[in-house]
Amino acid sequence: MRPTATVSPTPKAATARGTPTAPSRLVLLVATRKGAWLFHGDRKRKTWTADGPHFLGHIISHLQIDPRDGKTLLAAARTGHLGPTVFRSTNLGRTWKEAQQPPAFAKPTNALPPRSVDHSFWLTPGHASERGSWYAGTSPQGLFRSEDGGNTWAPLPAVNDSAAFREWMGSAQDGTPDGPKLHSILVDPRDPKHLYFAMSGGGVHESRDAGRNWATLIQGMEVVEGMDAATVTFHDPHCVRLCPGNPDRLYQQNHCGIYRLDRPGDSWQRIGRKMPKRVGDIGFPMVVHPRDADTAWVFPMDGTTVWPRTSPDGRPAAYVTRNAGKTWQRLDQGLPASQAWWTVKRQAMTVDAQPAPALYLGTTSGELWIGHDEGARWSNIARHLPEIYAVEVAELA
Amino acid sequence: MQVLIPGALRSYTKESHVEAVGDTLAALLLDLERRCPGLRFRIIDEQDRLRPNMRIFINGLGVRELGHALRPGDFVAIVLALSGG
Repeated sequence: MRPTATVSPTPKAATARGTPTAPSRLVLLVATRKGAWLFHGDRKRKTWTADGPHFLGHIISHLQIDPRDGKTLLAAARTGHLGPTVFRSTNLGRTWKEAQQPPAFAKPTNALPPRSVDHSFWLTPGHASERGSWYAGTSPQGLFRSEDGGNTWAPLPAVNDSAAFREWMGSAQDGTPDGPKLHSILVDPRDPKHLYFAMSGGGVHESRDAGRNWATLIQGMEVVEGMDAATVTFHDPHCVRLCPGNPDRLYQQNHCGIYRLDRPGDSWQRIGRKMPKRVGDIGFPMVVHPRDADTAWVFPMDGTTVWPRTSPDGRPAAYVTRNAGKTWQRLDQGLPASQAWWTVKRQAMTVDAQPAPALYLGTTSGELWIGHDEGARWSNIARHLPEIYAVEVAELA
Repeated sequence: MQVLIPGALRSYTKESHVEAVGDTLAALLLDLERRCPGLRFRIIDEQDRLRPNMRIFINGLGVRELGHALRPGDFVAIVLALSGG
């Protein structure tokens, strides 16, 4: 469980997302059901060199870089039987060390049943002003914080040990097939104390005091027909993103549609109603433009009848809105035209911050794709990887 | 006493057999943790429950209770019941 990784190029300082700069080298961080890969791109994003597998045989739910130093990587890992952990690399994956104290629930001090972390699912670097800080979301749902670069993790009791949250989290029977998840941990770039997270299931929540107190943000979100939308546990946000170009705007892909929320408002608007009816507005990922808060992308899946969770009609496509959800356009040039029955999980689609941003996605069938010119032209980067759980892109100066 | 370590955990111990002490299974696991940091959490979780598919045999007898008493000379085998795809 303590692997040493293969060689990768020497990192330089990462470019902060938000300001277009001269073309820089990109690295894709690909987390899969059987390990992790880094794909190093050239400056034109045309050729990619694979570095991996790292952690072959381990389930890697998320692989993230620290944008504050451009070289520290954290991997949320689990093997089938050895339980959850976090691995750290301070040299862009050349070597890895296991966290001294991975995310783990406290022993109960109240009447709530004890819980054990099954796997860490989501990793978010902390605020730019808080070097070394990270957040992790787990399955079953838990929120954890590290202040030492991911070496030791402490639970946030206001979430993990709250009777209300535990009711909203429901049971394993209510969650996603491989366990209910806390995800989409968002840090307001203007205020390190302003946090959001979402739970599948269990709604969207906001804190303005660094996680001591939380308010629920579910107004306007729909639930499965026949259920009561006032019951927090019935809400299943799949992915929530905050716009770097306007941190007061959030987009959400939900089990029941696509939404936008403009703060200080607290009511989500279902913008997915404008998607083509034959495609629908169900899916997992949500991607926002690095600068233009009116532009966002989704990757719809078949959410009809028994929820096949495949591309609708076997014809995968991204959809983009350039007016905050008033209209949507299909982006499928280069993607398979038929008989492609894969989909894209909630962490497996992202965008870089280059002057002409490219999209990236990883499929449940182990393919890695780039969507040049904001998704207008898709081309394949890699095939035959294990099922892809997460794709992140990091920019190296 | 001698403790047999399964292959998947030898990145912590570097060896297939480790010498450790303890008058209970819980104490033995704490001693193993002192010798090989990180090993205990791979065997039992934060609520002191044996992880699924992790089995412990003492002199050939399956044991699940961490309070199980041990004697010097006991042979402890930690075994991983591999499954899945």
